[in-house]
Parts: sequence; structure tokens; C-alpha cells
Amino acid sequence: MIRETNRHFSFDWITIIIFMLLVGFGWLNILSASHVGDEIDYLDFSQPYGKQLLFIFLTFGLIVLILAIEAKFYERFSSLIYIISLLSLAGLFIFGKNVNGATSWYGIGGMTIQPSEFAKTATALAVAKYISDLQTDIRSIKDQINFFIIIALPAVLILLQNDAGSTIVYGSFFFVLYREGLSRLYLIIGLSVLFLSVLSLKFGALITGIIATTIIFTHFFLQKKKPVILQPILITLTAIAITFGVRFFYENILQPHQKDRISLWLRLENDPDKLAQMRRDILYNLYESEKAISSGGFGGRGFLEGTRTTGKFVPEQHTDYIFSTVGEEWGFVGSSLVVILFVLLLLRILHLAEQQKSQFSRVYGYSVASIIFFHFMINIGMVMGLIPTIGIPLPFFSYGGSGLWGFTILLFIFIKLDSNKINEW
Amino acid sequence: MRQILLFFTIIFVGLVFISRLFYLQVYSSPANNLYEDNAIRKVYDYPKRGFVYDRNGTLLVSNQSSYDVMVIPREVKPLDTTEFCNLLKIDKATFLKTYNKAYHYSPRLPSVFVSHLSKADYAVLQEKMRKFEGFYIQKRSLRHYEASIGANVLGDIGEVNVRTIEKDPYYKMGDLIGKQGIELSYEEELRGKKGIKFIQKNRFNKNIGPYKDGKFDTLPTPGKDITITIDAQLQAYGEKLMAHKHGGIIAIEPSTGEILTMISAPTYDPNSLVGRKRSKNFNKLYRDSIAKPLYDRSLLAQYPPGSPFKVLNALIGLQEGVVTTNDKFTCSHGYRYGKRKMGCHGHISPANMNIGIYESCNAYFANVYRRIIEKYDTPYEGMTIWNKHVTSFGLGDYLGYDLKIGSPGRIPSGDFYDKWYGKNRWRTTFTLSNAIGQGEVEATPIQLANMVAAIANRGYFYTPHIIKSIEDQAIDTKYTTPRHTTIDKQNFEPVIQGMFDVYNKGTAASLQVKGLEICGKTGTAENFVKIDGEKTQLTDHSIFVAFAPKDNPKIAIAVFVENGYWGSRFAGKIASLMIEKYINGSITRTDLEKWILTHSLEHEYAKPYSGQPFKINGQTTLEVIDPEEIKIAPQKPTTLKL
Ligand SMILES: [Zn+2]
Repeated sequence: MIRETNRHFSFDWITIIIFMLLVGFGWLNILSASHVGDEIDYLDFSQPYGKQLLFIFLTFGLIVLILAIEAKFYERFSSLIYIISLLSLAGLFIFGKNVNGATSWYGIGGMTIQPSEFAKTATALAVAKYISDLQTDIRSIKDQINFFIIIALPAVLILLQNDAGSTIVYGSFFFVLYREGLSRLYLIIGLSVLFLSVLSLKFGALITGIIATTIIFTHFFLQKKKPVILQPILITLTAIAITFGVRFFYENILQPHQKDRISLWLRLENDPDKLAQMRRDILYNLYESEKAISSGGFGGRGFLEGTRTTGKFVPEQHTDYIFSTVGEEWGFVGSSLVVILFVLLLLRILHLAEQQKSQFSRVYGYSVASIIFFHFMINIGMVMGLIPTIGIPLPFFSYGGSGLWGFTILLFIFIKLDSNKINEW
Repeated sequence: MRQILLFFTIIFVGLVFISRLFYLQVYSSPANNLYEDNAIRKVYDYPKRGFVYDRNGTLLVSNQSSYDVMVIPREVKPLDTTEFCNLLKIDKATFLKTYNKAYHYSPRLPSVFVSHLSKADYAVLQEKMRKFEGFYIQKRSLRHYEASIGANVLGDIGEVNVRTIEKDPYYKMGDLIGKQGIELSYEEELRGKKGIKFIQKNRFNKNIGPYKDGKFDTLPTPGKDITITIDAQLQAYGEKLMAHKHGGIIAIEPSTGEILTMISAPTYDPNSLVGRKRSKNFNKLYRDSIAKPLYDRSLLAQYPPGSPFKVLNALIGLQEGVVTTNDKFTCSHGYRYGKRKMGCHGHISPANMNIGIYESCNAYFANVYRRIIEKYDTPYEGMTIWNKHVTSFGLGDYLGYDLKIGSPGRIPSGDFYDKWYGKNRWRTTFTLSNAIGQGEVEATPIQLANMVAAIANRGYFYTPHIIKSIEDQAIDTKYTTPRHTTIDKQNFEPVIQGMFDVYNKGTAASLQVKGLEICGKTGTAENFVKIDGEKTQLTDHSIFVAFAPKDNPKIAIAVFVENGYWGSRFAGKIASLMIEKYINGSITRTDLEKWILTHSLEHEYAKPYSGQPFKINGQTTLEVIDPEEIKIAPQKPTTLKL
């Protein structure tokens, strides 16, 4: 009897409350962004806000189901879940439905389901399972390759369905592997490549090459115990190759619209009039979403009062651009609150993950935090014009049943695992 | 170490996001009001602009509709350009040019394609407009002037400029605003208040319905009709008399300060500045640097007033007790002081005040003026007292009337000469020209008319004004409060008698009107221009001031005719005719009328621009009266619609 009560209360209520706040607040904004006219029929399931209300309602059933299943189930069947998930992604090539140029949907009756939203959970389970295997050593190249394959398989399948945004999210597993002992070299190489790419695009390959060479050789000569001279030379050559390679990739391989996005992001165009024109024409969504956020001011215009939201100035506002509604109607206060809620949720999950006794639970929790963090960073960063346009939803917030359920499953499996840690003593 | 990478990355990204939000929403957030929200379309509902009536209820200014063809380039579909051009009476090249210009301005926003369609063209076009997508007709309201008089008084309206928009948020780009005259002075009353409808737009710039069910919409308030103090009949008559002359006339009703006429010649038809021909005609008027028709001489022109100013010195002399009406002064064709002499013409000598005024004796007023100034220990003190008296007649500063343009005139003071000559380095005789209204003294026609009104009232005046009533609204008390001069009432009678005798037996004896007791004063003013950098004297200006009747005066007038030579020659005749017309309603002195209508001064105005040497004053006088000239003077009286 006492044990039952303990188990009941061992769910992490802080996480659950933040989750509910985000889902609830998200729905209010979907309502604002999708209603037409002044009449609102909450049960009108032809409208996004009505459908989302139904999705949220069904979510509670889903949560009960996830929490009711024995925690061991997730670890035990993780491989199976992963394989089913891969099959569902592969199946899209035969049965998939094309929506907005991406073949990432199954049409079942009147509903559409996006398997990629569930594949993230499956991959997280598979990664956790593989790391927690006693034979695995993350420092060995062989295991590193295996990890790469586990993560890349769903990512490539999704990329082939033309959903580049969802593919990028798989990069979040880097945080997980790094936490579990992946060499620091990968972090340094990753950051260096990113740094060189941006520098090369912004200032040209030649200047970047000179800067890189200078840094590498200065570093070499300042070292007390000098390695063979061949090392800095090789590194320099690699850096220069990357520098020119990025430039070549940008100039010759990228499609014009992708080029424009990067060009705008890095402000490669200097003429301010032309820049403004490009922003209006190419990044119409971003232009409007920034304006909507801006017009919210400090306190916002109030719920259902945003004129840009009412006028549907921002395309896809109830899905990927939902944060611009928050910006316009709830202002700096409301938008900051959403950012803070996400940060608190992520830190809370990290904190819980670090406390896990089993490596499987810890790695899984870490994966959950990393995946949600990637979505949070890319989505809000994009809507505010901080990173190039990449279309992925804001977890718990954006309209869409698959997305909501996918994130709910992802999060609540962890809540279940966490609640079970007492039993693992 | 490995645990904290993600931890700090999350916090870092959170802080970056909040900073970005702060930048977007607090630091660079646009002003948050409906008017500046470009997701909301503002549709204005312009009220009718108020009508303008003259003092007798004659309608002077009303409204007329005008139609502009507008284009929204993005919405234009292929069309039959030949038919369209024929309807609009333009050629294909103009069509393309205008279209490209509009497209360049903005493909999304409306531009004027053809402005001010005639009513007939509008009627034809209206039926076919549906065939031409992207084009539509926009109605706008223009002013209509019922009579072609009073362009300088009525003023005009035009599109508001950017500076005004920045200062006054009521105005939006393209709104009309009073630019001159009463349209400017009473803009707020005449325009009313426009109504506004807020309409929610979507991202395709289409209307999707009233914003908040029209909760914030307002209805327009119509502009108020105003009645001005101008007598349209008198104004029209004066303008007719002033044809072919340059100058200004102001007539005031002394008992109220109401401006009866305000004429600046040459003038123009106010209707010529309305509609399609506006900019062409405006440029023509604006470029006319010889006649300067846009320069309101009645308010702006500042001249030495000459002899009419003498009566003020008589009044001040009496007030200061330095002279009695019986004190006599000798005149030997002028007044000698030191080695200098102020000339005078031949007349009875010695002269008392009455003779001094009606003969306009320079010697008499030189003596009076010296007595005023030298009553005090220093000329500085004397000048200061003198200045105080003169300025109490509304001279030497802006009068405070309700039109937005004017000149202050100039009345010197002790400080003025201290600045000019140095402290205590001047004597009364340095300033002696002030005795006869020349030298440093300068005044505008409206100031002179007001001075006469103050004399007619025997010591006070009302600030001259053009507004008589604004529907239900009372006019500013500033115009109904008397302003008293420093001269006591009883001192006016001898001076007024002198002015009366100007008509009886003095310089205006030839201008008498039977049955009317007119008091007046002639004047001339020397004037100069620079020709090729050389100061050249032109024929004197002809000046005349008068009021009538002597008791219970109804009209006070100042007439100013540029280069008209002597006072009674042009200005005096015109003043007498105006007074007769106003008081009697008809003219008995048809001889004067005919003379004025058949005499032009255009040749006089052409002289300085001829490039030839020319003669002035006495040497030209005979030519003017020569019968030959009557023949060459254009016999084309202006048509009167009244
Ligand atoms: Zn004399």
C-alpha cells in the first residue's frame, strides 16, 4: 500500500507541470493563429485549434499508457522498436503521402501520421541500449562507427524524403556521445569546421586560409614540446582544403534558394536596400515573423489581439512559426516566459538524467534533453532570424498530432524510467 | 567537465534568445498603435469642407468634385490600351510612361494615373471602368470659388507637406490643407474632422473585414461654414479699380475692426489655382517677378507712409501740450534747420493746425515734431515718448489680425537711434523726417487703415480681423476688445476737422462726393530700386487715407498705388470711389471712375525693366494725362460675376 503511493508520487511533477504549461499555452497560440472571424467553436474539428484540442485530449490517454507499461519494457524492446521505426520510415517510399514536397506522411483515413516524429524516440532508445551494453567502448573506432550507423540510418531515410530539417535533429546525439566519453577531438574538429566555414563564406577563402595558417603555426611555435613539423603542415592543408571546399560547395553545389538563406543569414549582401529587398522576397516568412514579434513590444497585444496574427501575415504560423504568435500577442514577457520554461524543462531533464543509476536511463534522458534542445534552438532561432531557415516544429507548442505525440512519448518514457530508479536499487 | 557542455549550451542559448527578444520587442519595437500598424488598413472618410460667405451672406467659396483615375500596377490585366487611351485623352507613350512611373513607385500601392477628369470625361469613363482591371476612379473634393475675387483673402488648399505631417499627426500623406489666406487661418474650423475605418488586412493586402467589428471607427465631423468680414461687392469694385495698377487697399469698419476689403493688385482668379491647371498657373504667377501677383501688398508691402502720418504728430503735439490749435508757424517754401532745408509748396503762411493739416505743410509739422521731442531733457527721452504714442496706434509691430502673413512696419525709438548713431550722438534734427512720415518711419497698408480707424473712433481701435462668425462658435475676444491709443478723445476733433478740410479746400478738394462728409489725407512716398547695381529713383507712390462719414464713421480706408506719383492722383480717387460705393451703394463721381478705369500704370512699371533711361514724377505726369494715353490704356474692365 505504502509502496503504491510512493510509486505514484515518484513521477517528476516539475517536468510534468512544465510539459502541461507548454502544451496549454501552445494551444492558446494555435487558437489565435488559426481562428477565422470572431466566432470560435472549440469543437470544430475542421479547424487546427479544434483538432489540436482533440490531439491534446488523446495525449492524456497516451501518457497513461506509457506510464502504465513496465519500465523494463522500453530497454528490453528498444532494438525492436528501433527496427519497426526504420521500417516505417522505409515504408514511406512505397505508401508515403507527399505534403509540401516532403514524402514523410502516412495517410490513414482522414488522418496523417509522420513516422519521423516517432523515429527520434526509437533512435534514442537504441543509442541508450547500445551504450549501456557492457561490451561497448565508445573510445573504440568500431563502436563509434556502429553509433554512427544507428544514428545515420533514420537520418538518411528522412533526408531522402526531403525533410532536411528533421535530419539535422539527429546531430543532437553528439551531445549524448560526448557525455558518454567520445573524444574531445570530435568537438574541436566540429567547431573548427563550423568556424572555418562561416569565416570562409563571410570573408572569402583566401583571408580565412591565411588566418587559419597563422593560428595553427603560432600555436605550434608556442608549444614547449614541439611535435614533428609535419603535423601543423597537415592540419593547415586540411584547414585550407575545408576553407576552399566550403566556398566551392556554396558557389557550385547549393541550390539558389539555399544559397540565399545562407547569404542572408551571414549578411553577405552589403547594400542595405538590396538586403531589405531580399529579406522581403526570399525570406518572406521570416520577415513577417520578425515584424510580428517586434510589434508585440514589451507586454504584447493581448490574446487574440495580434493584428498580424489575425491577418495571417506569417505563413505556417500555427506550425513552425507559432512562436511569432507568442511574440505578437504576449510580448517580451510571454516570449521570455516560454524560453525560460524550455530552459527549465531541459535543465530539469538533464538533472534527472545525471541522477539515474542505470546507464540506459541516463543516456536516454540525455538524448531526450538533446533532441528537445535542438528543436528549441533551431525553431526559435529561426523564427527570430538568428539561424538560417530550417523547418522543424517547436516541441509541445506547434500544431500537429504526430509532433505532439512524438514528443510526449519521448518525454514520458523518460519520466517512467526516472520514476523507476528506486526499484533498481 | 563532460556533463556541463550541454548544460551551459542550454543556458547560453536561452540567454541569447532573451537578448534577441529584448532587441526585437523592447529596443526596436515600433510604436504600437493602430494608426501605425500596417496590418490594419485605415480608410478615411473626409468631411465636407466648410463654405465661406461674405458679410452679406453671399457665398464665396464652396466645393466641387473632381475625379482621378488611379492605378494599382500589380492588379492591372491586359487591356485594350487604344480604347483606354482614347477615353482618357492621352497617347500611348504617355500611358506607358505613367504606368511605368506608377509601377516604379510601388506595384502594390495606388498611384494617380490621370488627375482631375472633367465631368464629361468622367461620365463616359465611369461606365467602362469595369473593363480595365487595376484601374479605378477616385473622387476628391476641390474648392470652387463662386466669384473670381479676393484670391489673396480666400487663399487656397493644397496637399499637406511632410513637415506638417510630422508635426501634426492628424494629417496623412495626400490630405488637403489650407495653404494661404483664410483657408490657412481657419483650417481647423473649415476642415472638420475626418472619420476613420480600421480594416484588418491579410498578407496579400486584401481586406478581410472590419477590425474589432468597427469598435474604433469614427464618423466624420463636417467642417464649419464661416462668414468673413469682406464685402464682396466692395472687394470686386476695388479690384476693378486697381486693374493695371500695382498696390494695395485695406478698408476697415472702425466700429468693429472688421476688414471690409483687402485688395492686392495685380491679383488673379482663384479658380485658376484649382484642379488640373493648378501647377501650370501657379508657376506662371510664381515666376512673374515684375508684377509679383502672389505677393500680398495690402499686408506685406512696407513703405514710408508720407503725409498721412503727419496727423499723428498733430495728435501727439496736442496730447503732450506742446502746441495748441492756434499756434502758428511760418512756412517759407519749407523749413530751414542748420544748413539744411525741408521743402514745401506755396500756401498761406503762417499756418495754424487746421491749415497745416489741409495744406500738408512740412514746416508746420517740423516745428510740432521738434516741440514734442525737445520737450524732454534729451532727444532719447523725447523719442521714447513719441514712439510710445505712435505705436499705440498699432504701428511698428504686427497688428495681430487673423491672417498668417504680415510685416511689422517700423517706428523708430530712442534706442533705435542710439544703435544707429551711437549713444547720445544724435539730435532731434537728425530724425526730422519722422515729422512728415518719411525717413525711418514705415508702415503697411493695413496698419495705415487701422491708424485711420483709430482716428475715426477718436482714440481706440479693434484689432482688424477677417472672421465675422463661425457657425455657432463665438469669435476670439481678442477681436471684440477695444485697444486704446494714448491720445485723449478731445484732441481728435481739431485734427479730424483738418482732415475734413483736406476734402473741403485742401489737397483732395477735387475728390469731394456730394452729400458725404469725408475726412482724408493725401500722401506720396519716394522710392528707389537698384538697376544694374545703381540706386535709381522711380516715380513716387500715390498714397491716400480716409474715413467717412465724419461722425459715426462706417469705413476707414488706406489706398496705396505704386508709382502713382501724388496722393490725390490715383489713390485719392480710388479711396473716394470706394467710400461712395460702400456708403451709397452707387457712384455719382463717374468722372473719377472713368478716369481710373481708363488709366494704366503698366508703362510706369515697365520702365525699370526697359533697359532704357527713363524719366519720373513731374516729367512723366503730363504724359499720363495726355489724351493719347487714354487711347492706349486698355479699355477692358474686369468682368464681375456678382
Ligand atoms: Zn508749408
